[in-house]
Amino acid sequence: MEAKYQLNQSSDLAKGEMKKVKIKKGKTWKSVAKNWQLYILLLPALLYFIIFHYVPMYGVQIAFKDFIATKGIWGSPWVGLKHFRNFFGTYSSRIVIKNTISISLYSLLAGFPIPIILALLLNEVKNERFKKLVQNVTYAPHFISTVVMVGMILIFLSPNGIINKLRELVGLEAVPYLTKDYLFSDIYVWSGIWQNMGWGSIIYLAALSGIDPQLHEAAIVDGASRMQRIFYINIPGILPTIIIMLILNVGSIMNVGFEKIYLMQNPFNLKYSEVISTYVYKVGLLDAKYSFSAAVNLFNTIINLALLVTVNKISKKVSDVYLW
Amino acid sequence: MAVIKEAKGDKIFNIINYTLLTIILIITFYPLLFVVIASISNPDLINSGEVILLPKDVSFDGYRRIFQDPRILNGYKNTIIYTVFGTLINLGVTIPAAYALSRKDLVGRNVFTLIFAFTMFFSGGLIPTFLLMKNLHLLNTRWAILLLGATNMWNIVITRTFFESNIPLELQEAAELDGCSDFKLFFSIVLPLASPIIAVMALFFGVAHWNNYFKALIYLSDKKLFPLQLILREILVKSEFDAQMLLIGSHDTGTLMEELRAAEQIKYALIIVATLPVMLAYPFVQKYFVKGVMVGAIKG
Repeated sequence: MEAKYQLNQSSDLAKGEMKKVKIKKGKTWKSVAKNWQLYILLLPALLYFIIFHYVPMYGVQIAFKDFIATKGIWGSPWVGLKHFRNFFGTYSSRIVIKNTISISLYSLLAGFPIPIILALLLNEVKNERFKKLVQNVTYAPHFISTVVMVGMILIFLSPNGIINKLRELVGLEAVPYLTKDYLFSDIYVWSGIWQNMGWGSIIYLAALSGIDPQLHEAAIVDGASRMQRIFYINIPGILPTIIIMLILNVGSIMNVGFEKIYLMQNPFNLKYSEVISTYVYKVGLLDAKYSFSAAVNLFNTIINLALLVTVNKISKKVSDVYLW
Repeated sequence: MAVIKEAKGDKIFNIINYTLLTIILIITFYPLLFVVIASISNPDLINSGEVILLPKDVSFDGYRRIFQDPRILNGYKNTIIYTVFGTLINLGVTIPAAYALSRKDLVGRNVFTLIFAFTMFFSGGLIPTFLLMKNLHLLNTRWAILLLGATNMWNIVITRTFFESNIPLELQEAAELDGCSDFKLFFSIVLPLASPIIAVMALFFGVAHWNNYFKALIYLSDKKLFPLQLILREILVKSEFDAQMLLIGSHDTGTLMEELRAAEQIKYALIIVATLPVMLAYPFVQKYFVKGVMVGAIKG
């Protein structure tokens, strides 16, 4: 009896819902028709994403096929996980994965906190002119292109370069940095920090400027020192921003940028410098192993996506800050 | 008592803070300064380590050589084409889409946002994109450079947030009451109010075009189409490596040293010539920057 009653009730409810939906639908179409011009404004972007992003996503199936150019993406025969098995069977897969993870973890651990610290320090500067000067000078390297940046690294660190000249000036021995392959990740990471710490601090400075000054006034009245105010007001104040940036960074941990690494590579440092993205380029486009390369690339993308989802979930649980 | 102690702590804090920031300032500024002084100094004196703080034996030979090199001039021309037209396409795609997405009465807003945002986290990757470009017959054409990356979700989100927080809803309602169409609203009311975000987006996209070499490396093979960055790669990166290998490998001097000497000077001047336009663009846009646009980005 009870069950039936409930059933009836729910079906009544459903009818009501349907009515509502119908009305709403009518409204919806009216609204779509009224705003058709907005869809025209949206159209170029929609087309762009479909053509240049979703069509390649469809093409990603060649990772599970033996791509034959004459048969096209759809016509090529399925081979399942063959290319993935091949990749993990090679010795280079271990090196490439190891280098990718170690370089990006290093970048994250060293590169993530520095812009935050810089922003916190800058925020304490009362002399506006000095603050502006530091800001503008540290922003400048961000605009240097990757090619020029790597060119500068090579020139500066060469045996005759300015770094070695300065070392000689203070009585130190010259170091042939570029032929020491194990220094690759140090050079890569610290030149990146040099280039991007200022730019990276902008977002935290913006977050700091949004902190209510009354909090500081109250803390000063209570006798809090500068350090205490940084630790108990400023850092908690920008924590949501920090967490969001951290989620995004962890989510791209396997995405060591191709551009800079590829330019910094030479035959002597490959043992330390070959990463997934450069490997994908070389086997894919230079050796024309399309399917194999697409499989390696897909593996990389999936790990990234999994990391992003995981970190986002953890953050949602522990801190209530999340992307979606 | 507490006040005095606080002031003392403040003083120490300030000293440490200013010292740290000054060190950061020098570390960032010196390499930039060195490139400038080296570009107008005698390369022999650079190599012997005599040029440290001030240019010595000033000459503009490096710059003169650059502007006589047809490869560089052609690369410059191509880069200007890619930057100007590429940025126009970027703005034409990004700004209208961001405005449409900022309208709460747009049916399907969440679906579109989801479709766009998914591309931030998942992509087909290099090879499927390459095959697409091949199928579209865009390989080795300027269109490959101009169309790929016509917009991206990051910049759409930043722009959308700007519209949401800067275009009051009343404006839209008033326009609707007056029977103003969405096109007219967008082009004659919203766009004139959007100059800060247009400037910032132009900077973001423009710098990216100017500095990009990846797309050209992958999709172009005709040297006549190469942008400046690919030419720079040959001169700054490849030849630098070759030079060092030669220095290690051979004991031949004479002509080789002479060539290296000339190459050395051209490099510093080239860095300046390639970077200056971008650095000059920044101050014009800067005023819109730190506040407004970026804060909006976080909230969005």
